[in-house]
Amino acid sequence: MTVVDGPVPVLDVRGVTKTFPGVIANEDIDLTLNQGEIHCLLGENGAGKSTLVNVIFGLYKPDKGTVKVRGEEVKFAGVGEAIEHGIGMVHQHFQLIPVFTVAENVILGDELTNGPFLSMNEARRRIRELEEQYGLIVDPDAKVGDLSVGEQQRVELVKALFREADILILDEPTAVLTPGEVDDFFAVVRSLVDQGKSIIFITHKLREVLAVADRITVLRNGRIAGTADPATATQQSLANLMVGRDVVFQVDKGEAHPGEVALRVEDLSVEDERSVMTVNGFSAEVRAGEIFGIAGVEGNGQRELVEAITGMRRKAGGTVEILGHNATKLTPRKIAELGTAHIPEDRNKHGLVGSYSVADNMVLNKYSQAPFARRWVRNTSAVHDEAEELVEQFDIRTPSVDVPIDTLSGGNQQKVIVARELTGDVDLLIVAQPTRGLDVGSIEYIHQQIIDRRDRGAAVLLVSAELDEILSLSDRIGVLYRGRLVGVFDGADATREELGYLMATGSTPDTEEVAS
Amino acid sequence: MNDRLDKGLSGFIRKIREAWDLQPLLVPLGAILLSFIVGGVLIAMIGVNPFEAYWALLRGMFGSWDRVAGSIARSVPFMGSALALAFAFRAGLFNIGAEGQLLVGGITAAWVGTLTFMYHTPSVIAIPIILIAGAVGGYVWGWIPGVLRARTGAHEVITTIMLNSIALFGVRWLVNSRDPQILRDLTASVPRTKAISPTAVLPTIVDSQPNLHMGLFVMIAVCIVVAFVLRRTTFGFETITVGTNPNAALYAGINVNRIIILAMALSGAFAGIAAASEVSGTNQFFQPGTFAFIGFDGIAIALLARANPIAIIPASLLWGSLLAGAPLMQLEAGVSIDVVRIIQSMVLLFVAADAIVRYVFHIRGEAGHQMESVATEEAES
Ligand SMILES: Nc1ncnc2c1ncn2[C@@H]1O[C@H](COP(=O)(O)OP(=O)(O)OP(=O)(O)O)[C@@H](O)[C@H]1O
Ligand SMILES: [Mg+2]
Repeated sequence: MTVVDGPVPVLDVRGVTKTFPGVIANEDIDLTLNQGEIHCLLGENGAGKSTLVNVIFGLYKPDKGTVKVRGEEVKFAGVGEAIEHGIGMVHQHFQLIPVFTVAENVILGDELTNGPFLSMNEARRRIRELEEQYGLIVDPDAKVGDLSVGEQQRVELVKALFREADILILDEPTAVLTPGEVDDFFAVVRSLVDQGKSIIFITHKLREVLAVADRITVLRNGRIAGTADPATATQQSLANLMVGRDVVFQVDKGEAHPGEVALRVEDLSVEDERSVMTVNGFSAEVRAGEIFGIAGVEGNGQRELVEAITGMRRKAGGTVEILGHNATKLTPRKIAELGTAHIPEDRNKHGLVGSYSVADNMVLNKYSQAPFARRWVRNTSAVHDEAEELVEQFDIRTPSVDVPIDTLSGGNQQKVIVARELTGDVDLLIVAQPTRGLDVGSIEYIHQQIIDRRDRGAAVLLVSAELDEILSLSDRIGVLYRGRLVGVFDGADATREELGYLMATGSTPDTEEVAS
Repeated sequence: MNDRLDKGLSGFIRKIREAWDLQPLLVPLGAILLSFIVGGVLIAMIGVNPFEAYWALLRGMFGSWDRVAGSIARSVPFMGSALALAFAFRAGLFNIGAEGQLLVGGITAAWVGTLTFMYHTPSVIAIPIILIAGAVGGYVWGWIPGVLRARTGAHEVITTIMLNSIALFGVRWLVNSRDPQILRDLTASVPRTKAISPTAVLPTIVDSQPNLHMGLFVMIAVCIVVAFVLRRTTFGFETITVGTNPNAALYAGINVNRIIILAMALSGAFAGIAAASEVSGTNQFFQPGTFAFIGFDGIAIALLARANPIAIIPASLLWGSLLAGAPLMQLEAGVSIDVVRIIQSMVLLFVAADAIVRYVFHIRGEAGHQMESVATEEAES
């Protein structure tokens, strides 16, 4: 089978099967990774991508099958052994300690192998070396908590490289990056493979796949659905292979029929945890029957804005009016009762209780209403039935509604939130990053649901870091820059370039003055 | 039709399986066994046959009906003090103030029990009154750290420790002071309150040492009610949500501060009821010393029971029985009562460091994927 002079496989997975109670997450998977290549792993939410790389990284033991690293069969008892074999992984959720500096985070865990005395200077020197070698720009003395998401990701990479990993597994690394950060990230990835590293790369963004992949493997329902050649594949062909049917990329959206003002925000200012006024004089109106998209580079006040409007964060000034009521001082419960639904930006922090069942998460914000409770007593069978219905309707992949939600794949967790928020009467829908980490099929579905809500008369405030999402959904687009709107466009007229420039600089090309 | 039957059946089978799922019991039981083994080694080291010592201990606990009753009687107050930790724990709070909440609950109960009107009030009313009085006293003493936590962010561990001291010295002063005489019974040789109204006394079931009284059923009922509240009510759902993910609770519209205050206050109330039941059923007066360590032992019992209100019942029974049996071990085998204390502390140590127990007894991770649950945390998505 091995061809002389052919590509050298550094990693060879044969017949891996991994089951969880009630789910076959991986079934008879074969995968090879050659020296110096980028192998993209594609697949719907819950297809088993994370499970597969966790098996490779020694986090899970496969039920069946073998993993060979550089020709040698390995059976890792844990992550430590995988690292010793030169495998590094960057998880979708970073494993960094915010109060430590970059250098401290990087050597964390390494002190075990390199003796109890940490040489911080040595660590700094090596981090600088890596910076030079791969263009991974990080300041070793910066506190991780103060870094942007993109920078934290680089720290994760440095951490892996510091331990001399030459097989790198990147699980959805770009899901949380801004477009600019994605470009930087790919520059680093290219310089890594140029210098002989081999990479397994998981993403849902087909454009990225076509741009960087040397080889593509598509998983579906835990099995290999096929492989594709990046030279000939198209986004459409990949999507179809993933989902097993034709996927429509362009959502079809009729004309908006704006009605009454449903959300009016006036001169709102909000502080973040560090008492910085991240929302500063924000004013906007959203009408029933329209989608108002807020574009902006992440960290320009999006999070604080949404939390303030939904009553989760104190407002430093200004007023919020929701569906004709003064909502400036209302609690989240009262705001929800006015007819507001909210898909939060951070699903693990706000949207879900990880140890609760899928069913309990499905009613997280209506557990006390009929039929889910009679007076004080919860009606668990009604909760169960509701959850089963929504799981069916939203095609959520889970063995049952009674399993803890943190056993679901990331994308399916997000679908639970969407299902929960999009049921019942919604007059104002506030959505933040609704499709982060979702596969193309699910994005299509959720976009359709949002438009559907609009057409049924709901006002929609959409906050997203994905410019494509903003452009394809919004009837009007506002650009958020340093906590205030610096421009409002008609959805049909706005262009990527125009918005991109405004997002980055806060001003249009012809006006020299920078808004601050 | 058939489908529904099928579904019903499989649900039924699942329920039975869950009911018989002994997995969660293995670690606590293993921890107990391991502690006795280590304790036995200690006993052997001082030259006593550990089997003889344990035999004496066992007879001390259950050697006669009277001893069985006495053991149970010793256990009753622990149910309340353990609940005081467990309930707050489910709300994400660490209430180590049961010690103080017992004292305040106890003295409130004793004070109310000695009010003149109580002497002409029939038992059906007087007993509930004295129990409620204890609950109110404990409630207030739990409410204070709850409010401090919710409004100012002061950590409940620190505030409850301080409130324990305030309660201890406060009740001592109330009960010790002769001039001015506050609550002290001047005719008694030791500092204690007057005897409560005979109508407010919980009836004795067995005249053992100490006597077993109806407080047992009161505390078991409280445990069951708390279990129901946590499992089946919206308030319980809110409490556990706040305890597991306060951010999600806020998002879900739960009034997080209200839950924090209520959870602490109710926790205090559970300790208060236990104290009232002791005052009313065991001593018929209040004496601060009788509550020493009951609150702190409650912490251990609640952790042994993994903050499960039903599991607190057997855990308390074990704890109280060991304490009741120890004197006979000292008498017959010459092994100090302190050895039982050491064994109890080891049980807790092993429960906390459950990896040791799992290793020694080859217990697999919970539901077969405890090890992997660590992994999933790291490996999301
Ligand atoms: N620890 C676990 N316990 C039980 N089931 C699990 C566990 N981890 C994953 N699963 C299940 O295995 C299946 C595959 O999950 P996996 O996380 O590998 O999907 P994925 O392809 O990474 O999806 P996504 O794109 O949404 O991240 C899912 O159905 C999930 O519910
Ligand atoms: Mg995944």
